[in-house]
Amino acid sequence: MLSKHSEVKWESQKLAINYFRVAIILFLANLLFGLLAAIQYMYPNFLFEIIDFSVNRTLHINALVVWLLYAMIGSVYWLLPEETGIETVGIGIGKLLFYVLTGAIAVVVLVILIVQVGAGNETTIWFINEGREYLEAPRWADIGIVVVVLGFLANVFLTAFKGTRTGILTVLMFDLLALAGLYLAGMFFTKNIAMDQFWWWWVVHLWVEATWEVYVAAVVGWGLIKTIGANRKIVEMWIWIELAMLFGSGILGLGHHYFWIGTPEYWWEIGALFSALEPVPLVGMFVHVIYDWGKQAGKKHGVSNKPAFAWFVVNTFGNFLGAGVWGFMHTLPQINIYTHGTQWTPAHGHLAFYGAYAAILIGMMYIAVQGKYGLKEMRFTAAGKWGITLLTLGVLGMTMALTIAGYQQSMIERAEFGATWQGYFAAQNSRWMLQAMGWRLAMGVVTMLGFVLLFKDLLTIGPRLKAEEAAGVTANSGAASTIAEPAQA
Amino acid sequence: MEERPTSVWSSTRFWRKSAGWVTGVSALLLIWLSVDTVAQISMGTDEDMQAKKPMRIFPSTVINHKVTYEYDAKRGHEVPVIGEKEAFFGRSDYSPEEADALLRHGKLTVQAKNCMSCHTLLGNGGYFAPDLTKAWLDPAWSESGPYMAMTGTATREEAMAKFMMHPSTYPTHARRMPELGITEDEAKAIVAFLKHMASIDTNGFPRNFAKMNGGVNAK
Repeated sequence: MLSKHSEVKWESQKLAINYFRVAIILFLANLLFGLLAAIQYMYPNFLFEIIDFSVNRTLHINALVVWLLYAMIGSVYWLLPEETGIETVGIGIGKLLFYVLTGAIAVVVLVILIVQVGAGNETTIWFINEGREYLEAPRWADIGIVVVVLGFLANVFLTAFKGTRTGILTVLMFDLLALAGLYLAGMFFTKNIAMDQFWWWWVVHLWVEATWEVYVAAVVGWGLIKTIGANRKIVEMWIWIELAMLFGSGILGLGHHYFWIGTPEYWWEIGALFSALEPVPLVGMFVHVIYDWGKQAGKKHGVSNKPAFAWFVVNTFGNFLGAGVWGFMHTLPQINIYTHGTQWTPAHGHLAFYGAYAAILIGMMYIAVQGKYGLKEMRFTAAGKWGITLLTLGVLGMTMALTIAGYQQSMIERAEFGATWQGYFAAQNSRWMLQAMGWRLAMGVVTMLGFVLLFKDLLTIGPRLKAEEAAGVTANSGAASTIAEPAQA
Repeated sequence: MEERPTSVWSSTRFWRKSAGWVTGVSALLLIWLSVDTVAQISMGTDEDMQAKKPMRIFPSTVINHKVTYEYDAKRGHEVPVIGEKEAFFGRSDYSPEEADALLRHGKLTVQAKNCMSCHTLLGNGGYFAPDLTKAWLDPAWSESGPYMAMTGTATREEAMAKFMMHPSTYPTHARRMPELGITEDEAKAIVAFLKHMASIDTNGFPRNFAKMNGGVNAK
């Protein structure tokens, strides 16, 4: 991904590669600060009063959100010219905005890492840290992000109106508009914590459990057409089903965050009814496409990008398990009163973010590498296989460990001790919590190893396969492949 | 033009229309419910509180009063109850303006110190340190708990303020709170914020809290 070699003909796709480059660096930061925080659970003196847990966690979750956003923007810039058939309108402004955003993000990260906290006044909120989980970026950066996203949206809309506007693009356009608009709900200060949390969830929930999921449905649909020649009609039908299901349950599903923050009781029923099984239609789309491919399309179109396709598989089932099953496990208010604010949430969070978002976006990075080197087909390398295996095993392992931690915290701190401070520490010091945290750290290391291999693969797979193609080695000779014909882009 | 599908279930047009209707109706319902909720979670006024009118979010002047968490048989869980006047840092006559300013300063400091990255507020945030939702009412900070004696203070609010100004002076567990440079004014304001948060009607969260030994108004 780093070399200057490029067979990409669209400027939009060159810009996409830049977005992917920054995304992968931020992914590294995401894992690195997560590991430091995991170590602090085991060894509380580690980096104490140097880089405290609060700083590590802030950078861990913000690097996550920002790398996903970068890869999301990158993926749209990648697929836009291929869908519309024309160069992205306003690409010059797009490039400028990329550098503005990247500069701003670098400043925000350095300030949070070095300055960390400020005095209790508006200046801190504007220039150091807004101190609201996931939205810690100071206000000046919020405004910058809004400006950049508006520029990006303008490019997408103008390009779609000028070129061919497919069903996939129509969904993406309206989804991105909602995604950008929702961010505004997080940009104000109130002394009323209940009001603060009410609007905070408008951003956090309506992003990750509504608009981001719809984004994934559209992009994975596009990816399946690209990698295995899926029937566009099947894909577009399922995207609309997914949209109906996601917005039908996701929008009012916001209610499952309104059980205990001062909001009225009617959210109990609403939040319980509109629960977290939104990713079900995604599995439907995937199974339908694979069935059709096995019966029909596969006869004339093999898997043109195996690593990307494998990541789509991880996405489909990871999303279903992480967002769907792990979400539903603690979404009913009768259970949530014991699990809210315990390790249950990170157990769900880790698998859901990985399965629903990281996986699909890594798949898109492989598609970009394939395009950049003009490879007819892309097979798995050893690093790529180990990368996806270790990353997936690592995240599943962390999820299991955190689930056990969550169970015992709910039982000891909440059920036995009624959520008192004494109960909190009794649960934290219990043998089972310490064991679970040990496993979480070990599985975090496995995840990091997987990342290192993925990183190496993304950097080297392009030149390597290109050289093989040039040398006349058939790309499918080493792998168990049934490729019949090259991809039809 | 799309081909005519054999069944409505395989018709893209049908699903597109359905998605549009479902999204529109859901969004309208959410907006309608949000208007109602925002009205219910807006802070009440001091006059209404004095008149014992029911409210979910009490005004800042709740810091002038004793706050307890009591079982409500009708609702089936504990609810915050605002009692008689009670001194807060030696005073129980904070005007609405003074109390508002204190609460505002407290909330700003809670954000500026990024408390939420380790602690949870109303259950949201980090899980590295105790939940702060009902911290004001927690038995650990009562006369029977360890913190007052440890900080050499006579009241809950003084114990909390002194602790958070110099947490490393009072190490209670292997996992410690770092020094965040919290000043005396900021500490008082944060405690006001915590007392106010404890008075929020959280629909019985956390469950069983008031039944614990040493808890405020244990029943």
